[in-house]
Amino acid sequence: MRPSRPRPLRVQTIAVSAPPARATRAATVGLDDVLRSAGYFLHLIRAVEEAGRRLYLQGRLPGSFYDGRGQEAVSVGCALAMASEDIACPLIRDMGVHLVRGVTPAEMLRHYLGKAGGPMEGRDGNIHLGSFSRGTIPMVSHLPEMIPVGMGVALARQMRGQRAAAIAFCGEGATAGGVWHETLNLAGLWRAPLVVVVERNGWAYMTPSAKILPIERIADRAPGYAMHALSADGNDVLDVYERAQGALERARRGDGPTLLEVFTYRMHGHGAHDSQRYVPPEELEHWQTRDPLLRWASRAREELGWSDEEQEGLDQRVKDEVAAALEDAIAAPYPAADDLLASVFAT
Amino acid sequence: MSETVTYLEAIRLGLRSALAIDERVLLLGEDIGFGGGAFRATDGLQQEFGAERVRDTPISEAAFTGVAVGLALEGFRPVVEYQFADFLTSGMTAIVNTAAKMHFRHRIPVPLVIRAPSGGGFAGGPFHSQSPEAWFLRSPGLKVVCPATAEDAGLLLGAAIADPNPVLFFEQKNLYTRVKGELRFSLDEPLFGSVVRRAGNDLTVVTYGAALHLVLEAAEAVADRIDVEVIDLRVLCPLDWDAIAASVGRTSRLLVVHEDYAEYGVAAEVCSRAVSELFTELDAPPRRVGAVFHPIPFSPPLEAATLPSVEKIVAAIEEVTAF
Repeated sequence: MRPSRPRPLRVQTIAVSAPPARATRAATVGLDDVLRSAGYFLHLIRAVEEAGRRLYLQGRLPGSFYDGRGQEAVSVGCALAMASEDIACPLIRDMGVHLVRGVTPAEMLRHYLGKAGGPMEGRDGNIHLGSFSRGTIPMVSHLPEMIPVGMGVALARQMRGQRAAAIAFCGEGATAGGVWHETLNLAGLWRAPLVVVVERNGWAYMTPSAKILPIERIADRAPGYAMHALSADGNDVLDVYERAQGALERARRGDGPTLLEVFTYRMHGHGAHDSQRYVPPEELEHWQTRDPLLRWASRAREELGWSDEEQEGLDQRVKDEVAAALEDAIAAPYPAADDLLASVFAT
Repeated sequence: MSETVTYLEAIRLGLRSALAIDERVLLLGEDIGFGGGAFRATDGLQQEFGAERVRDTPISEAAFTGVAVGLALEGFRPVVEYQFADFLTSGMTAIVNTAAKMHFRHRIPVPLVIRAPSGGGFAGGPFHSQSPEAWFLRSPGLKVVCPATAEDAGLLLGAAIADPNPVLFFEQKNLYTRVKGELRFSLDEPLFGSVVRRAGNDLTVVTYGAALHLVLEAAEAVADRIDVEVIDLRVLCPLDWDAIAASVGRTSRLLVVHEDYAEYGVAAEVCSRAVSELFTELDAPPRRVGAVFHPIPFSPPLEAATLPSVEKIVAAIEEVTAF
């Protein structure tokens, strides 16, 4: 039986708690720089993921392949809002966090291919990676088990006197799990420096939102955990950035955790093996027009006077960087198998 | 002169020393602060060290174990209390996936101790009597400890806290107030090594935890005719295989006894390895004694029939010796 059509997502920015005044946005120095920087990373994610997907389809990428097509603005906006001492727990749709925090395209592609020189040295693959020294924790596949781990790191940093917060990601599917509720309860109880970003991408693998959630809006659950609630347009990188920045700042100054619900859409299947046969084509067409890269370009033209020449320059830069990274990764050696046992325990 | 304390006091005073010596040490768990712990193992510690370092948590093992993993990643030394080892299933993913595999995957240490009171013998029923150490022994990246004496409760706790890896610390709740010994604590001891609790020449009995005391009693009961050597493993992973091999090399006979099920656990591993590596040394097939392979029942006679006893151990010693 074909899954029933999900209720269309109403994309609307709401702020259950005090919304940032719109006037602040225009007046804030540096938003232009954020927009410019976001453009680079949005294009870079897409190019790296397209390169990975091509390798997979050519049978040259081991294992499975997952990307965040259509959701790039979420991870980029959130990661750009992070301060250097903040910690992130990205999941499989959140490559922007890795790239913004300094993982290079060459490291990413080496990682995809299971080569030496990636952040996980071939011990893990696809989009399971992190670089703790650069502010990310490698995920486990169990959802949403990383939220409390990020919370623990941020608590530790705050106990040391650092102004640090954690930002942890999950989709709406993971909000049905027990760990999600346990952790939000604990975060509210302890007023922990935590931002939980729920990416409403419409799907949990093959199951539409409406078959997972008994309520319309996940942010409505926040008061039950004494958390602040925010929503953002997940395809508008600046909107995500501003909401995440406000939530992170609130967490850093000790004013408690925030549940940030962002509305976006998963444009590809769960993984590259998934043909999305269950997705209504008109839904994809609708969201195609809201592509975060197109949205960015229109804002960049309007707010930065972004020219066609600049766009061509950006496209070329990203293309060259990924081509060089691909060459590097393909030539890179595999990690040695003889030190696997020695890496089980820390000494 | 050193103090004589119960097993439980050794744990409590060990935790207290660790909190006093090392500012990175933190305790988390249900009822541990305000209530002093279900078994009173943390009694008074929140009053002494504050609610930030001795944190009460709601009933949410998955969340607070995950938080502890994060604290450990950042260089703290969290010691998490599970009220009963049976409840470890509620935090299993954080333990066997997040914590255990982190160093292998990303080379960051996770210096985390999980204290779990385990074992039966007091009509706790199926959910308060289990000895689940073998669940964790098959998960690379975890160290597993099972102290059998009050001295070791303190010493191994210090070694576990000092170790840079996630450690499952199985406290034998049946021994909490039953055994006493010297209070010993140090953060400089390695987390490794077995000890010979009784020297002998006829048969090697390998054991650990609460079962040690049954084995020693059984060894005494047969002492007039069989000279039993008793090895207390103390640390189950990494296993002190060399000590077992050296002893079996002398006695040529092996019996493994523990309160956990005989099947699929430490006894299975030790016997299998003995057959593979010491085959020509052995004069008899290795045997094992453990709980009967069904859930631990509540009713006292049923529980007694399930768990190892001095009588069952004596019978097994005689059988292996007579072969």
